[in-house]
Amino acid sequence: MAETKERKLPPPAISEETQAYWDAAGKGKLLVRKCTSCGQAHHYPRTICPFCFSDKTEWVEASGKGTIYSYSVMRRAPVPYAIGYVTLAEGPRMLTNIVDCDFDALKCEQAVKLVFKPTDGGPPLPMFTPA
Amino acid sequence: MSIKGKAYIAGIYEHPTRLAKDISLAQIHAQCAKGALEDAGLTKDDVDGYFCAGDAPGLGPMSMVEYMGLKVRHVDSTDTGGSSYVLHVGHAAEAIASGKCKVALITLAGRPRAEGMATGTVPRSRGGTPTPDDPFEFPYGPTVVNMYANCAMRHMYEFGTTSEQLAWIKVAASHHAQYNPHALLKDVVTVEEVVNSPMISDPLHRLDCCVITDGGGAIVVVAPEIAAKLKRPKVKLLGSSEFIKTQMGGKVDLTYSGARFTGAAAFAEAGVKPSDMKYASIYDSFTITVLMQLEDLGFCEKGKGGAFVADGNLISGTGKLPFNTDGGGLCNNHPANRGGLTKVLEAVRQLRGEAHPKVQVKNCDLAIAHGTGGSLGLRHGSATVILERE
Repeated sequence: MAETKERKLPPPAISEETQAYWDAAGKGKLLVRKCTSCGQAHHYPRTICPFCFSDKTEWVEASGKGTIYSYSVMRRAPVPYAIGYVTLAEGPRMLTNIVDCDFDALKCEQAVKLVFKPTDGGPPLPMFTPA
Repeated sequence: MSIKGKAYIAGIYEHPTRLAKDISLAQIHAQCAKGALEDAGLTKDDVDGYFCAGDAPGLGPMSMVEYMGLKVRHVDSTDTGGSSYVLHVGHAAEAIASGKCKVALITLAGRPRAEGMATGTVPRSRGGTPTPDDPFEFPYGPTVVNMYANCAMRHMYEFGTTSEQLAWIKVAASHHAQYNPHALLKDVVTVEEVVNSPMISDPLHRLDCCVITDGGGAIVVVAPEIAAKLKRPKVKLLGSSEFIKTQMGGKVDLTYSGARFTGAAAFAEAGVKPSDMKYASIYDSFTITVLMQLEDLGFCEKGKGGAFVADGNLISGTGKLPFNTDGGGLCNNHPANRGGLTKVLEAVRQLRGEAHPKVQVKNCDLAIAHGTGGSLGLRHGSATVILERE
């Protein structure tokens, strides 16, 4: 099944803590939060590292490269869509949509690259498409 | 402190309705409470501890305590979704063991059918302050079914699990449901019927999904000295455990559930092992839920769940591990979209020898009830109890 119609995407509920993430998304950049204490990147972004609880965390720009960890094509929806986790080259796995593709040809561990899709009145959402 | 032998399940009740158009939510809670207390041979004035979760109307336990006219000295409204009531049994035992109450009442009720809720196929709407995860999830359209489907997809990729193997779980549940007059779906189905039912969210078909029902249930947990005075068969708690499994800051692993930890801990507390279990109540929101939990609880090796559930191995009388002999959430009942309480109920019926004769396990003296609440593919709460007929 190929994707035909565009879904209407709700805007993210932005908090003070993640404003920078969404500002960057508006400029076509995906940020991940990295801890300078333990050296690990995490997702979704937090000020305090969920691994070592250090507050020494910073934004780094993701390469936009990743692989599909898992996915599912939601058939029972007005416009079917693929939702899944992508393993970013930087390490963390993020929930996202796989778009602009033949849903029936998707596979786990397939290489994907970053794209952005507009939301209804908010910043665009980082999504992925086959690389 | 261990809860082993410190508390007993003395009363249970499952509301017979599956569509509650003409009764209120509070009314269902109270009818279930009344049913379970009468089953135990107790009255509401004996109740000194009350347990409920987010399905109860009002702020925590307060509205229902008032509605039912209870006077309680211990309350607990911990909400881990559908697993809450399995967790509450453990918490009730802890409260009883530490002297905080002697008769604990746990209730569940809901009316998702009567209220026309789009339970599994529409992202749950936001309410109040968004959770920190919300902006990174909600806009992408996670639903109950598509996130469990993500777990199934990865399980298939890593371990070669097939849709036919998953279908056997539904087939087994349907074999049991045919004997339950209250079951929503009473027809026995075949593997072919499951895999040929409409695809909802790959790889989960319509018949991989549980039913949506109104109704509820209640459980009464009591101190040993109370249980000794009652006339019902004695069902003793041997072990309990709970765990919250998350996305771990992005180190997402969909191949296992929190049951990996709750099973090990509950079995250790009980001093028994999976192979000792004569009967298993396993949360069955979807077929994949059952398969993963069976692996994680230690009934088979990780990745071998598909082979374990195939060929009728979960069917009472023919298989090695009779499961969900009331028909489970897949066929019988999943009241309020929360199936943990009914898992405990059927385990108690089996231990009492009060399951339907066609599905009653012979000499059923040890059983497990396990629940998963929330979303297996996002974050979930797991809870396990091990029960023994005394």
